[in-house]
Amino acid sequence: MKRLHIRKKLNRSHGGNFLIFLLLAIFAVFMGLPLWYNIVSAFKPPEEIFLFPPRLYVTNPTERNFTQLFQLVTNLTIPFNRYLFNSVFISVVSTTLCVMIGAMAAYPFAKKEFAGKKILWKLIMTTLLFSGGVTAIPSYIIKAKLGLINTYWVLILPSIASPLQMFLMRQFMLQVPDEILESARIDGASEFRIFLHIVMPNVKPALLTVVVLAFTSIWNTGSNGVVYDEALKLLPSALGQISAGGIARTGVTAAATLLLLIPPILAFIVTQSKMLQTMAHSGIKS
Amino acid sequence: MNRVKKLTRKLYRDRIIYFMIAPFIIFFFVFVVIPVVAAIVLSFTDFNMLQTPNFIGLDNYRSMFLNDDVFMIAVKNTLIFAFLTGPLSYIACFMFAWFINELPKKVRAFMTLVFYAPSITSSIYVIWQFILSGDRYGVLNGALMKLGLINEPIQWLIDPDYMMAACIVVQLWLSLGTSFLSFMAGFKTVDETLYEAGAIDGIRNRFQEVWHLTLPQMKPQLLFGAVMQIASSFAVGAVPMALNGFPSTDYATHTIISHIHDYGNVRYELGYACAVSTILLLAMMLTNHVITKLLVDD
Repeated sequence: MKRLHIRKKLNRSHGGNFLIFLLLAIFAVFMGLPLWYNIVSAFKPPEEIFLFPPRLYVTNPTERNFTQLFQLVTNLTIPFNRYLFNSVFISVVSTTLCVMIGAMAAYPFAKKEFAGKKILWKLIMTTLLFSGGVTAIPSYIIKAKLGLINTYWVLILPSIASPLQMFLMRQFMLQVPDEILESARIDGASEFRIFLHIVMPNVKPALLTVVVLAFTSIWNTGSNGVVYDEALKLLPSALGQISAGGIARTGVTAAATLLLLIPPILAFIVTQSKMLQTMAHSGIKS
Repeated sequence: MNRVKKLTRKLYRDRIIYFMIAPFIIFFFVFVVIPVVAAIVLSFTDFNMLQTPNFIGLDNYRSMFLNDDVFMIAVKNTLIFAFLTGPLSYIACFMFAWFINELPKKVRAFMTLVFYAPSITSSIYVIWQFILSGDRYGVLNGALMKLGLINEPIQWLIDPDYMMAACIVVQLWLSLGTSFLSFMAGFKTVDETLYEAGAIDGIRNRFQEVWHLTLPQMKPQLLFGAVMQIASSFAVGAVPMALNGFPSTDYATHTIISHIHDYGNVRYELGYACAVSTILLLAMMLTNHVITKLLVDD
């Protein structure tokens, strides 16, 4: 308590506090306003969407945009529930596999010495750079050659080997003290048992963080280009088709965006402190 | 022979380890490493998905740099994004993480959410279509007209004079992601006693504190953040394609990613698209190399 008190007074001027608060407030408005506008628009009736000047509040909130959204999606010949099921199913399966397979690999990279470790790790670190569209064309060719196009597999398998998630788990596992691993080894536990019963319970914050990050990125990834069957498509792609309908669908698009936004944001709110705990070890030591 | 035997014995001894990393490594090679290698190999061919590819040497690269004017526009735009939004958002990630860390605890969690939220959901940037909409119902046009700053609505997303600026703003808005979180966490790991000792040693204000005490402590996070920023700032493409349409007016926001999309998904000249991808990967790796050297050596 005393230390906290000292820290507060250390080198902190009121003027500085005020300036920082002011700057943050200004930028928070810039960051938050689009989100706010989206939330408001989702509940606006059409006559309020086309008011001049545009308003940042809603006078007569309505759920019409949402009901219209459900109708529109249902008209795509596939019930809305199917897209929702696809998205939830794919996100849950992929996230589970990503975390399990990643954690299992992260442990040896954090705590064991083995032939080929250095070069493999270097390769993984390099590919942290290769995000998104950069390798889109060759990955498509590989997926096509493996016969994955237009199946559930193409939505699940590629997200399993995520260098970023595996990197974060490995960095966190480095913090597990060697002594407890050593004593388990003396007791005759196999490496796999050590991983499962000692390492895993000790890295719960990291696992949770990776669950949220992996879920978010998979949830946001549409099925465009790799899946053509309506029945296999994911929510973001289905909603994308709707919002392509143009200006007349402003309210419906806002409603769709809002729905897609809720799961990742909730997941982040619930796990925020655990995530910061994990990210503290995200650094790359030179 | 002895060497081989020794290695075999070592591999056998560590077999559990190899079983544990095998699933990840297999998926990693199939979906990450092999595509990159395949892209490099195919970049020397005229692959078009239909006929068997012919080896054509450096032809793709030659026509890219000598005959493809649109590629040059894409390079220019990508460099603008990489060297403008990249560093700007890197600095923003650090500054906001620092400022938020100065706040009382309760406000801190809320502010973290406000700044991080745009980056968690990739689809959210469609809202900017309505904010930057070219008619008077667009939020920005509406506000500016109401204030009397402009008389006619501005075509933010179609007029080449404004498209780039609009995309840069949206890209910055989206960019407080993983690096931001990493920096937030980094501030929390700095030992409190370091600040007390610093105060005794003559640190006078919080700027000196960050410069002399916090920054050196956060080097690992800063390096990680740099890698993540390079990756995302060179890969700009989805936002301009969604906001400005594809192709954009006068190719004003055409990036290398848009160019890859054009040749790969529209024209099916995949060999050429692979050559463009290869150049982009090289540029990213080179930048990464330079940044790492800069951050590590001093």
